[in-house]
Parts: sequence; structure tokens; C-alpha cells
Amino acid sequence: MLIINSVGVVVIALIIWWFWLYKPKEAELGENDLVITVENGTYSPSRIKVPAGEPVELKFIRKDESPCSETLLIPELQISDTLPLNKLKSIQLPALKSGEYAFHCQMQMYRGQLTVN
Amino acid sequence: MSTMKTESGSVSCHEDGAEMPPHDHHTHKAHHHSSGNNPSPQELIIEGAGCASCVGKIESALKAVPGVENAEMNFAQRTVSVTGNADAADLVKAVEKAGYNAKLAAAESEDDALAEKEKADQAYYKRLMKETWIALSLGGPLMAYALITGEVNVNTTTERIAWLIVGILTFGVLYFSGKHFFVGAWKSFLNHSANMDTLIALGTGTAWLYSMVVVFFPESVPEQARHVYFEATAIIIGLIDLGLALELKARGRTSEAIKRLIGLQAKTARVIRDEKELDIAIEQVLMDDVVRVRPGEKIPVDGEVTEGHTAIDESMLTGEPMPVEKAVGDTVAAGTINKTGSILFKATRVGKDTALAQIINMVKRAQNSKPPIGRLADVISAYFVPVVMIIAVTSALVWLNFGPDPAVAFAIVSATTVLIIACPCALGLATPMSVMVGVGKAAEAGVLIRNGEALQTASKISAMILDKTGTITLGAPKVTDILVAGEQDDNTILKLAATLESGSEHPLALAIVESAQERGIETGKVSNFNAIAGHGVQAEVDGKTLLFGNEKLMRERNIELGDFVEKAQGLAAEAKTPMYFAVDNKLSAIIAVADPIKEDSIAAIKRLQHNGIRVVMLTGDNRATAKAVAEKAGIKEFFAEVLPEDKSKKVQELQMEGEVVGMTGDGINDAPALAIANVGFAIGTGTDVAIESADITLMRGSLHGLADAIAVSKATLRNIKQNLFGAFIYNVAGVPVAAGILYPLLGVLMNPVIAGAAMAFSSLTVVTNANRLRLFKAQEH
Repeated sequence: MLIINSVGVVVIALIIWWFWLYKPKEAELGENDLVITVENGTYSPSRIKVPAGEPVELKFIRKDESPCSETLLIPELQISDTLPLNKLKSIQLPALKSGEYAFHCQMQMYRGQLTVN
Repeated sequence: MSTMKTESGSVSCHEDGAEMPPHDHHTHKAHHHSSGNNPSPQELIIEGAGCASCVGKIESALKAVPGVENAEMNFAQRTVSVTGNADAADLVKAVEKAGYNAKLAAAESEDDALAEKEKADQAYYKRLMKETWIALSLGGPLMAYALITGEVNVNTTTERIAWLIVGILTFGVLYFSGKHFFVGAWKSFLNHSANMDTLIALGTGTAWLYSMVVVFFPESVPEQARHVYFEATAIIIGLIDLGLALELKARGRTSEAIKRLIGLQAKTARVIRDEKELDIAIEQVLMDDVVRVRPGEKIPVDGEVTEGHTAIDESMLTGEPMPVEKAVGDTVAAGTINKTGSILFKATRVGKDTALAQIINMVKRAQNSKPPIGRLADVISAYFVPVVMIIAVTSALVWLNFGPDPAVAFAIVSATTVLIIACPCALGLATPMSVMVGVGKAAEAGVLIRNGEALQTASKISAMILDKTGTITLGAPKVTDILVAGEQDDNTILKLAATLESGSEHPLALAIVESAQERGIETGKVSNFNAIAGHGVQAEVDGKTLLFGNEKLMRERNIELGDFVEKAQGLAAEAKTPMYFAVDNKLSAIIAVADPIKEDSIAAIKRLQHNGIRVVMLTGDNRATAKAVAEKAGIKEFFAEVLPEDKSKKVQELQMEGEVVGMTGDGINDAPALAIANVGFAIGTGTDVAIESADITLMRGSLHGLADAIAVSKATLRNIKQNLFGAFIYNVAGVPVAAGILYPLLGVLMNPVIAGAAMAFSSLTVVTNANRLRLFKAQEH
């Protein structure tokens, strides 16, 4: 029983670490065309580094048929747009101040983050 | 309103006799691919190509761009189709370098995008239904068997073999019908995120794995726990697929309003270029193109009539049922229908700049924006899935430690049920679905809501300030009385007054000039014109000094008014605006002007008051006139003699009293007051709406739009609250019951199949409830 309980506690700890504490590395919005793929319930890459103080363009391609993935919201920037299926879609971002900006679908099941600096 | 940055005609090259190149009228579907190796051509629209000889220049400029295989220009359509894999931006640059303006053809028309989306949705729906069918056709009979015989235990070898076969079949179901859950769960897991897929994959995966363990190693679990849960696995997958399919259908209905707006757009336009008429796609219509529209056709882009006259049905945009007469110089709007005559008009706004395109764009954005009430749900859904996973593990541990025999079976069932029943979707969908329907519904009633925040605040408005001129009244004042003081006749007075006012842009001045025109009086020459802000005007005509303005102005100049003060008060009491007219410092006449109240203003104001809203009128007019107009309109409170720059102060005054203030004005000179109000309403007349200036724009002139806007926001907010409450209670009650909290009290534990059904239909319920809003009807009395 002790083993089972310990396993359970470890599993809980792992859930907390994996989903909340761990920060995966960020993709950089740089020279080579970075395209964010929307597929299987995720944005990939989901964490993107963006330079501050200049307008940039984010490119998305949605391969996920689920209607949830259709809407892209960046609430802090008042951006909301629809992503067509299997078509490249560019989202223009204004020059941003340093900080973190979340982007997500309507229901926040698809989540990503822009780190601006 | 934005205008196009580029202007055609910057380059001209007229070479008479130049032959038109023999390009066919290709009908390339315009595509825009800015990266990747894509063979389909990119389409550019060229501006400034005045003659056929430009074709060669543009084509060779494009061919010189690395990556371009071929460039072919259709001169008649002013489009170039470029094959190869060059970057679109480079193409545009190359054309610009050659001396022309170029822009990418719109990726595709809204119509095409919509049709494509519907096709994709249809395909997805079919696939989901097929998956549902596969899963339920295995799960259904299995469940029936389990219910009828009560035999789902694994004891004998025969049973083991039989269940092994069922287990493999169930794996087939997981593969064919549930693969997307598992792939999605795994991909998001790798991405350190968790979503609905994660919960379903974990739940059904656990149930299936446990059952397989029972089949292969029955000895490893206590005898009473040797249950298999294959039927639950298959049915849960089937039900959730079914729920997704039905939700997809219901979601389609939430966007009906926007579909209707998009459907208003014409697909083609008949333009006249080089003295030839040609039908082109509306995306290819350029600024300044001359467009022909025949009776019964839709106006393709915004423009100004240059030839002919007609009546145009603008009801789809303004809600105004009567067709509007249009003659040379009048503006026409895309999406409206030409009724009687054939006209030519010059395109002034095309593509994304037309009023209709801007309206569509605004409604779309608003539909996707979230009112503040949804923020808590957002915070919750961000942590939801991992928390549910932790609850599932904890619940399993509690059962294993403290549960009755067979503890392991209870632990598995409770963990599975918790994972399955929890539904982040319902919570996440609650707000956006209602906003989508509510904003769309408002747009149908001619009410454009900027965003979710405006929608929410509008539902709380407690006081509404109405600007008098143009909002309550028609905004088209007319001269009603001329009371002469001396010996001159009406016409002489009017001539002098009209001459004086011909230089002024004030609406009252306009009324006087118009009145003179109606009587066929010609105006003379004016000099030393001087506007005295808030008081009146002064100028010299025929060597006489004329003064025209309010009582205060006359008193300042020490002009004797005599009994005309009472006469003026009498006029004011009739809701007319009296103005004093003095020649060489001697009172000459009173000219009264009245701006009639809009027909339905009184009813609309009553509607607002009936809903408990404090209605306040605001005007720069004198107190007596303001009082008379307010009384006529049924308004008890008013601010009179307010200077334009003080309007926003009045808004603040009411806010200080604790009111949530709505401010309604025409959106042009009321901008600061509209901005400072909790919700600013711009009232438009016709299609020339000031979309950018307000939180809510009323496309037609009627004040009923205000009551409609508030009613729609209230209904939407109520709907959101129902949804949020339902979704919240569902999860808060469902998860603990699934974990077995009722077992110690009542001895019951939820069946995972029930959890699957509940989960599948919880989000469907939210969408269906949001769809109820479609039945909302603005009540106009």
C-alpha cells in the first residue's frame, strides 16, 4: 500500500511539474519563416520569442478540423481572427513592449505564449 | 474611414494604336502563398497601368524576380498571374520599382472562404458521425448484454477468450473512432499542455488497460474486481464523438448572422475600362473604376453616382424599409440593391474599405471578443485539466486506502469517471457562444457592437444621455416664424439673414439659407464675417452691420429688445429656437427655427424609460426651447445651453452620481463625450456610419436601436450567466460525485457510461442554450 500511495503522490507531483512548472524552450521568430502549426490540440511551437519594439508577423497554419481551433485570440492586443483550414494565415502584430502575451483559442484549450524582449 | 493608400493613375503611358495583347480572360482563382513550394499562381492587382505597352514592362519586371517561372498579365482585368515560388512581397516590390502600384489579390472572397469552411465542417461532421456509429455499434450490444445478463466478470478460460476478442474489437474502436483523442492527448502532453483530449484518452485508456489486465492476469486482481469495462470504453468514445458532431452542427447556426451579411456582397461587378464593359470579380474592382449597375442588381462596391438616377433598397444595412432615391453625386453602398434605374457610379471604396466589408469585419471581431464576465472561466479553464487529473489520482488513492472490497475496481471506476465527466469545454464555450449569437443578432437589427466589453456594459446602463439635434430630432431644422420689428418685410429680412449666414456651417444657418432658396431669394455679398462661438454671428452686408444670435449677444451689445423677449419665450415654449436679428445695432426681427422630433423618438424614449433607464437630454440650445423639446419627447431631465466642449463634463457629472452612463450622439462632434461615457452610441443615418467612433453604432437613425441594443445585451448577458452557471455547477457537482463522494452516504457510484453521456451533452447544452438567443426579437412598439 505504501508503494501505491508513494506512486500516486509522485504522479501528482509529476503532473504539477510537467504541466505547470516546466517551461519548455522558446522558438525564435527570426529570419527563417516560422510557421505555427495548429494541430492535435496544440500550437507548435507554442512558445515564441518576439523582438520588442517592431511590428512583426505571425504565420499560422491550421491542420486541425476541430472548430475550437478556428479562432485565434490575443486578448491583450485585442486581436481575434479566424484561421482557415490548411491555409497559411498571417497575423500582423504591432510593435510590442517587453513582456509576455498569451495567445489561445476561444476556450483556452489551445494555448501559446509570446515572449517579447 | 480609411482610404486606399495607393492611387491609380500615377503612371501614364498613352501610346495610340497599341494593340491589346491577346491574353484570354483567365479566371484564375486568386491564391496567396507567401512561402513554400506552391505551384498555384499568385495573383497581383496592378494599378497605374494606363496602356497596353505597360504589360511587357510589368511582365519582364516580374520575370526578373528570383523564383518566378512565368508572369502573365491580363490587361483588361489589370491583373497579373505569377507562377513559381517567389515571395509575394518581392513581387509587389518589383512592380513598384517598374513604376506601378501593385497589391496582392485578396486571398479569396469571404464567400469562397465561407463555402470552404462549410465543406470542411461537413466533412468533419460526417467523419465524426461515422466514428460514432462504429463505436456505438460495438458498445451498444455489449452494454445490453452486460445489463441483461449482468455477466461482465472474467473467471473461466472461455470467458477470458471471449473477452479477449471483445477487448481487441474495442481496441479497434479506440483506433478508428478515438484515435484523434489519443493523438491529441499525446501531442499536447509533449507540449506540456493538457486539454479535453487528455482527459478522454486517459479515462478510456485506463478503462481499457485495466480490462485487458483482468483478461490476461485475472489472478492479479481480487475476484470481485474481475470486471471488464470494454462496453464503457466503446460507448464513451461513441457518445463523445456524437456530442462533438452535434455541437459542430449547433455551432454552425451560431454564425448565421455573419453568413447573411457576407451573402449581401455581390460576386461580380460590371466595370467600364477603355470604353469596354467587362464583368470582373469584385476583388478586382479598383478605386475610380466606373461601375454600371442595372435594376435588380446589387451595388458591388461603395461609390458616387456619376450618371442616371434610381431608387436603392438599403434596408439590409440600415433597417430602413423605404428605398432611397439616388441621383448624380449621391453615394451608394456595397450590398444594397438597385431597384428602378440603371446607373453609372465611380468606385470610391473597394475591397476591405467598403462600409459593408467594415461592418462584416467589425461583427466578426466582436463575435470573437470576450466580455469581462468570461474572464473567470478563462482562468479556471487554464488550470482545469491538470487539476482534474490530480483529483482522479487522489480519488483512486482514497479508494485504494479506505474503500471497501474490491477496492481496486472502485479506484479504477472512480478515476475513470472523474476523468470522463470533467468538461472544460462547457466552461470555455459558455461565453463565446452566447456572444457570437448575441452580437450577430444585434447586427441583424442594425446595431453594431464593437466588442464583448461594450456588450456587457450596455446591459448595465442606468442613465442615457441623448444629444438633441440629429439624435432626438431629425437634425434638419427649418425656419418657422419671422417676427419683424421694423417696417421691412419678411423677404428683405430673410435676404439679409441668408446673406449673413451663407458663410456659416451651423445647422441653423443652413436652415435660413435653405428657406431663402425656397422663396427664390438670392443672397448678396458679405464681408467681415465673424462667428462668436456659442452666441451668434456678425458681418457687414451692403454697408450695414448685421448681428444675428441669442439674447445674451443682444444684451452684450446693448440692443433694445422690448416686448420681443416675451415673443421669443413664446416661440421657445413651442419647441422652436428663436434668434434675434439686428441691423446697425437696432433689433430688426426674430427668426425662429425648429427641428422636428423624429417620428419614433417619443416611443423609443418611452421604451428606455420603461426599462428603468434615466433619460437625459443634452443640447446647446436655450433653456426654454430645450424644455419644450424635452417635454414633447417625454424627457424629464435635460441639460441646456451646453457648449460643445462641455458635453463630456455632463457625462462625468452623471457618472459621479453613480450612474452607468450611455451617451448617444451623431459621432462627429460628440466624440469626446462618446469616449468618456461607459458606452458611447453613435447614431448613423444611412450607410455613412461612423463605425470607428463609438462602442455601439446604430446604423439607422431611429432611437429604437438604443432600446434594441440594450435589450440584446441584457438577453446575451443573461444567456452567458445561465451557461456559466450551468457549466460551473455541472463540473463542481459532477466531479465529486464521479469520485464517489456519495458512496459513503448512499452507497452509489457513478457509472462511467453515464459520465460519458453527461460530458458529451454538457457542451452541446451550452451551444444549444446560446442558440436560443437567435429567437430574441427586438420589441418595437
